[in-house]
Amino acid sequence: MNVLNEWAFIGMFAVLAPIFPALPIVIAWLFRPRKPNVLKSSTYECGVETIGDTWVQFRVQYYIYGLIFLVFDVEMVFLFPWAAAYNEMSLFGFVAGFLFIFLLTDALFYAWQKNALEWK
Amino acid sequence: MFESPTIAEFVTQSNLASTLPGTLLVAWTLLLVLVDLFAGDEREHWTPLGACLGLGVSFVANLFVYAPAADQQTALYGMFIADAFTGFLNIVILVATLLAVLMSRDYLMRAGIHRGEYYILTLLSSAGAMFMVAANDLIVVFVALELLSIPLYILAAFRSIKNDGGELALKSEESGMKYFILGAFSSAFLVFGAALVYGASGTTNIPQILEVAPAVVDAASSATFYLVVGTALLIVGLGFKVAVVPFHMWTPDVYEGAPTPVTALMSVTAKIGGFAALLRILVTALSVLLLVDGGVAAWQTTISIIAALTLVLGNFVAISQRNLKRMLAYSSIAHAGYIMVALAAAGTAGSADSATQGALVYILAYMFTNLGAFAVVMTIERVDGGGGNIDDITGLARSRPLLAMAMTIFMLSLTGIPLTAGFVGKFMVFAAAVQAGLVGLAVIGVLTSVVSAFYYMRVVVNMYLRDSSGELLPALETVYVRWAINIALAGTLIFGIFYPLASNLVSMVSIA
Repeated sequence: MNVLNEWAFIGMFAVLAPIFPALPIVIAWLFRPRKPNVLKSSTYECGVETIGDTWVQFRVQYYIYGLIFLVFDVEMVFLFPWAAAYNEMSLFGFVAGFLFIFLLTDALFYAWQKNALEWK
Repeated sequence: MFESPTIAEFVTQSNLASTLPGTLLVAWTLLLVLVDLFAGDEREHWTPLGACLGLGVSFVANLFVYAPAADQQTALYGMFIADAFTGFLNIVILVATLLAVLMSRDYLMRAGIHRGEYYILTLLSSAGAMFMVAANDLIVVFVALELLSIPLYILAAFRSIKNDGGELALKSEESGMKYFILGAFSSAFLVFGAALVYGASGTTNIPQILEVAPAVVDAASSATFYLVVGTALLIVGLGFKVAVVPFHMWTPDVYEGAPTPVTALMSVTAKIGGFAALLRILVTALSVLLLVDGGVAAWQTTISIIAALTLVLGNFVAISQRNLKRMLAYSSIAHAGYIMVALAAAGTAGSADSATQGALVYILAYMFTNLGAFAVVMTIERVDGGGGNIDDITGLARSRPLLAMAMTIFMLSLTGIPLTAGFVGKFMVFAAAVQAGLVGLAVIGVLTSVVSAFYYMRVVVNMYLRDSSGELLPALETVYVRWAINIALAGTLIFGIFYPLASNLVSMVSIA
């Protein structure tokens, strides 16, 4: 296949990707009724009134949770194509995938043993 | 479509065997993580021992892989190169790491920060340095540099202990933070430089850049400009890592604040990695960046100016330092200057090999001597960072005669007095510089060596000639540190007294 064609797919994707989520917002903005009042325009947070400043200090534990979540989030991005192409892979791809999983398991064991998964 | 190879095909095609020293060390380290987790209270014995064993395994693998020293082979489809240069520097890195690990256990126990992660990060950083000396591609240079640097950022901030007043000593955290921010900053320069070189030459592979570069230079188009700017940015990025003037600002603070074994380690491995990459990029890939007259590389003038500035500033500012670690930090800047002289000499056509060999011998001598000097400083220093001033070693010769003797030899070697390894290194570097026609630079090097004698000898004078004010210094070191000092001392003396030894070891090295 021509290399340029393959790149064209990425180019089309890059153009379409921002349009797709933006379109519903634009449509809603075009057709919605506009009746603002003070209560509606005020800052809204989970159905309750906001308390205090937004710039508060969070516990560092949130950060550790976020990091561990991110590791496995990214793992899924990598493993999904690996699993999807499973039947067309040689043993090499199989081993390479497991090496990747081993690295993450190593890290998970580490985090687990260091009590990073417990909320204190 | 891409055909994925079988495992056997991959191992043979990619020549995986020649990357074994580095990859084995990484694999060992990953297993050591698990060992450390489940070792429980025994970990303070097992993890350092495991780290030493891993270094030993990597060392043996290195001997096997690089036994046929002359032949050059690439691995992982040209990304790695395994030649005598790689093999020699791998050994230097492994010995340096072993000495640092021997120093570390004692220091960490004293400071009450003994954690297994310390050794794991140390080994990962050294593996990064080993990949960096084997890098044959700008992308590998970058990835290896990050593997080398990121553990060092963490290690620099490792000394989170309370001082006498019960307050947290923040110097170490400041050190780690400064190193991290400036390190990330310099990485950006490096990547931008690599991108511009790629834009000009169409490849990131170092031998391929060599093939393309003459055409790019002859074309005298915008690509030529990109190549020159890219080279300059690569020099800036790597110059930060090896701490040469004017990219040295972070060095004193970081070296002073970091735990002493970490300072010792990063003053050696980070410099080795940086200089290996500079040599490979400038000498191998861009040696053809020639000016018309006399077969001299276009970057030689720049490197010469940087070397001269580094020599002068490093040596003169070191005079005014009272803290020994700060003094050794400026001294390490100065020593980067001497290696920079060798790099500049490599820019003259025909003297690339002798200059590279000089740089390698200098690195070997500097490794033994500098680690030894830091080990001695560590024994007299208190864990909260106090006690490391130049006045604190007054009378050391009376309280600890052997330690003072070792420190004297390290100081003599750093100055470059004959019968020490430092002399052999300096001699080879200056000889290469003269051969390359850089007589002025060699003269600056010799003169600044004389200046450096002033602050190195002041340490000796303080130990021997001035009387200590009060009590004798207590013996703080354990058998491990004593071994580290012994090995460093043996290396300094053996390579100094049997001076052809070092130059024989590097005689196979040729990267041009």
